[in-house]
Amino acid sequence: MKAAIAAAVAVAVLAYPLVVRGPYPQHVMILVLLYALLGTAWNILGGFAGQISLGHATFFGAGAYTSTLLFQHAGLSPWLGLLAGAALAAALALAIGYPCFRLSGHYFAIATIAIGEIAGIAVTNWELPGGAVGLFLPIEGEGLAAFKFGDKLGYYYVIAAFLALSLALAAWLRRSRPGYYWRAIREDQAAARSVGVSATRYKQLAIAISAALTAMAGTFYAQYVLFIDPPSVLPLSLSIQICLVVVLGGAGTLVGPLLGAAVLVPLSAATSVALGGSGRSLDLVVYGFLIMLIAAFEPAGLVGIARRLRRR
Amino acid sequence: MNAALIAQALVSGLLIGFVFALIAAGLTLIFGVMEIVNFAHGEFLMLSMYLSYFLHAGLGWDPIAALPVNAVALFALGVLVYYALIRRVLRAPMLAQIFATFGLGVFLQNGAQFLWRPDFRTLGDTWVTGRIALAGVYVSGPQVAAAAGAVITTGALWWLLSRTEVGRALLATAEDRQAASLMGINPDRMFALAWGLGAACVGVAGALLSTFYYVFPQVGGVFALIAFVAVALGGFGSVVGAFVGGVLIGVVESLAGVFVAPAVKNVFVFAIYLVVVLLRPRGLVGKQ
Repeated sequence: MKAAIAAAVAVAVLAYPLVVRGPYPQHVMILVLLYALLGTAWNILGGFAGQISLGHATFFGAGAYTSTLLFQHAGLSPWLGLLAGAALAAALALAIGYPCFRLSGHYFAIATIAIGEIAGIAVTNWELPGGAVGLFLPIEGEGLAAFKFGDKLGYYYVIAAFLALSLALAAWLRRSRPGYYWRAIREDQAAARSVGVSATRYKQLAIAISAALTAMAGTFYAQYVLFIDPPSVLPLSLSIQICLVVVLGGAGTLVGPLLGAAVLVPLSAATSVALGGSGRSLDLVVYGFLIMLIAAFEPAGLVGIARRLRRR
Repeated sequence: MNAALIAQALVSGLLIGFVFALIAAGLTLIFGVMEIVNFAHGEFLMLSMYLSYFLHAGLGWDPIAALPVNAVALFALGVLVYYALIRRVLRAPMLAQIFATFGLGVFLQNGAQFLWRPDFRTLGDTWVTGRIALAGVYVSGPQVAAAAGAVITTGALWWLLSRTEVGRALLATAEDRQAASLMGINPDRMFALAWGLGAACVGVAGALLSTFYYVFPQVGGVFALIAFVAVALGGFGSVVGAFVGGVLIGVVESLAGVFVAPAVKNVFVFAIYLVVVLLRPRGLVGKQ
């Protein structure tokens, strides 16, 4: 049953841009897949291992800036830039995790906010990555090798492939040794330690994988939008948005981030089309209200609602 | 670097630091009693500033004179938010609690933008407008008044918590909900009271800030982030810790703004936080 649903959803996702030809609906769906990828990445650290990061934009920015700068200054292919960005983000994550994993709960979350804000301010005031002005990506060549496409279709299938890979990795991790250790650390770190789980080492593993996947999404974003600056790839609001997608869908589950992205992204797109535009942000009023409603009435997220429906 | 410049930076930092301390005290009170971080704290502050603005623009009430109105209005808002929203997530996972208050913040901030436009507003002259010179250090009247008001209010909160029956009941609830309820304390009412008092703190802070700071929908974000850091720096749940954290951040921010560059002053604030919690994982005043 589960496999049948998964296959049906996969076919629907793959067929979507062939059936729906409008650039705007395709763009919204690309954003859905991007946020599903970001959510899946965040979920490995926040959902599986229970360490709440509110600074994931740092890793997203690392991916976006690394591939862009390597392309501009060294002519390196964005695909190699993607790997370099992921490696840099993982290294950054380990450097952040080493001291910060001694902190628990809110202290850790606020430390990640602090680091994210420092990164944002640093890049804004630094000439090399374009400072506050940002970076434009030159368009030289098209096609898969150049990681640039003339229409949305190419980007769509690239991000879908990234998401599929990340999901497969997350599913495999969840059912292997690190997954069980993460769950033990999340539920009770002291108890996990007492049975010999090296909590620090496994938390480091979680943040490194999570950061590398987030950086991949960052490189994709830079290639897709062709312009990056600190407010678009390094803001606190992005870190919170990533976390929100997972919480809305259901933290710690595989489908949670997918559900969260599938609801949140079209919702924010629809409210801004229907209610935005006046510059008066009625869309965000509705958005904030819905977040409150969900938190108050279904703290387990959409997965919780789905479970309840099935039990009936 | 001359001494006058250092003195000027120190005094300015201390003055704004006292206001940070008051905002942080409200946040830490709520956290201390029920372990929930109010991510809408900055938006409460923003609402209080708009209240001062409209009372001043519409009725001609001076923000300092109308200060009790702000305190009472925000107290009511805090209690309302507790009963309407927070009570439902008391037993929910930490993430759901974060997003309940975060959603409230998004709602209030954008609601304000919808109703009152994103314009920056100022109140114009108030009772405290002016400038004072003290031994070569210049301070503005509104900042002195804000600092004094903030110190008095934070002191009053500390007195309420440590020296009164109600305060002891609050602390007892914070210590052990069940034991407190066995002693005849109604935890539900204590939680509501904590939200009322925590919001009243930013009510006062908002009135004080409105005399010299711009009033706009996003103004809360500026202060809320600093208040989170101040609270964590001092140690979650401790009013004394929030006070120390707030003042320390005010001074660090001011010195960094003068001696490094205003654009990067917050880097030093966040760096101080990281250094402190890495040495003392539960903050300066928290039990280690």
